[in-house]
Amino acid sequence: MDETKAAVSEKETVQADAPQPSVPQPYGKDWPKWKLSLLLFWTFFKIGLFTFGGGYAMLPILEREIVDKYHWSSRDELLDIYALSQCTPGVIAVNTATFIGNKVAKFPGALCATIGVVTPSILIISVIAALFQHFAENPYVMHAMAAVRVCVVALIFTTVLRMAKKSLKNWLQYVIAAIAFLVVALFGANPVWVVLGAGLFGFFFMDPDKLNRHRGKGDN
Amino acid sequence: MPTFLLLCLNFFKAGLFAVGGGLATLPFITDMSNAHPDWFTHQDIANMVAISESTPGPLGINMASYIGYKMFGFGGAVATTFSLVLPSFIIILILSKLWKKYKENRRVNMVFGALRPAAVGLIFAAGFSVFMIALFPGWSNAGLASFASAGQYFDWKCLVLLIAFIAALETPKLKNLHPILYILIAAALGIVLKL
Repeated sequence: MDETKAAVSEKETVQADAPQPSVPQPYGKDWPKWKLSLLLFWTFFKIGLFTFGGGYAMLPILEREIVDKYHWSSRDELLDIYALSQCTPGVIAVNTATFIGNKVAKFPGALCATIGVVTPSILIISVIAALFQHFAENPYVMHAMAAVRVCVVALIFTTVLRMAKKSLKNWLQYVIAAIAFLVVALFGANPVWVVLGAGLFGFFFMDPDKLNRHRGKGDN
Repeated sequence: MPTFLLLCLNFFKAGLFAVGGGLATLPFITDMSNAHPDWFTHQDIANMVAISESTPGPLGINMASYIGYKMFGFGGAVATTFSLVLPSFIIILILSKLWKKYKENRRVNMVFGALRPAAVGLIFAAGFSVFMIALFPGWSNAGLASFASAGQYFDWKCLVLLIAFIAALETPKLKNLHPILYILIAAALGIVLKL
């Protein structure tokens, strides 16, 4: 079943981009930086506009836009950015925008992607703060948000399962994922310590021969 | 120091020290209110959180924009937001440089071999906490202890909707629809079904 899924996704990427190379080229590779930066602004503007419920909730849209559509990053790399964001200061959504923007179009890209992801917030919040004091108590808003939250749960779960299937390559990694989930979800541990602990463990015990990773192919 | 600059400096500080995502900004904002009671009250903060959670956008950014707007209008919203973002912008740029340099390093790869699954677990945990909030409205996430009291808040309509969404996301043709479309459909359904 895994193989059929992989075959399907491969077909999609091939028809979306140049005919053969097994690793699709990043979109707009030969564009001038200003044009790429504008596209980055627009892409992250959309992402900021539809992120409900914090940085984790933007993962499904990020996966669709950044990995599947534009090939600017790999799923593995998204997970790396999330882990890094967890133990660096700042908002995860913004950190991701800065990182991807910088990767695609250097400093101008980082700047445009970052401005893009925060602009919808500034606009929407300003309008609401000015006009709708009781926005959050509005029954229509409450009904819509209740359903959006349910939808976000479904999107996060299906996305993270797909990513886990592609990124986790040995039993040890499944154990680490399970432990990280359990201590945070059930015992309320601070994610910062989970990331630092996992990093330390990896530094000493994650034997690369066991990992069978194919790094360096999808990244520039 | 003029209040405007002091406010920006405070948000810069929050951006520099709030580790672990948007909600980590909240304690800093509470501190600001305690240190400068004339800026905004705890009631304002409660309002801010409610609005931030029911509008799109990263939580931390929404909160900064709200307070900036309340105090200095649109310019204030822009100023507080960029003050909050600036520290992590610089830090991530530096990290990207280091990343490029060391990503082929064996030890670095070993570290990320463990960080990646940890990130999977953390995202799952974040999804789980949204899951609990979505299915048990009114339930607060306070770890294992509060699970016992969660039952009385259960909403079966939300569970049906969740199953429907997951089924759609696993259906060959429907799963390729854009996540944004799913969110729009959900918002419309919520209003129609009065969830």
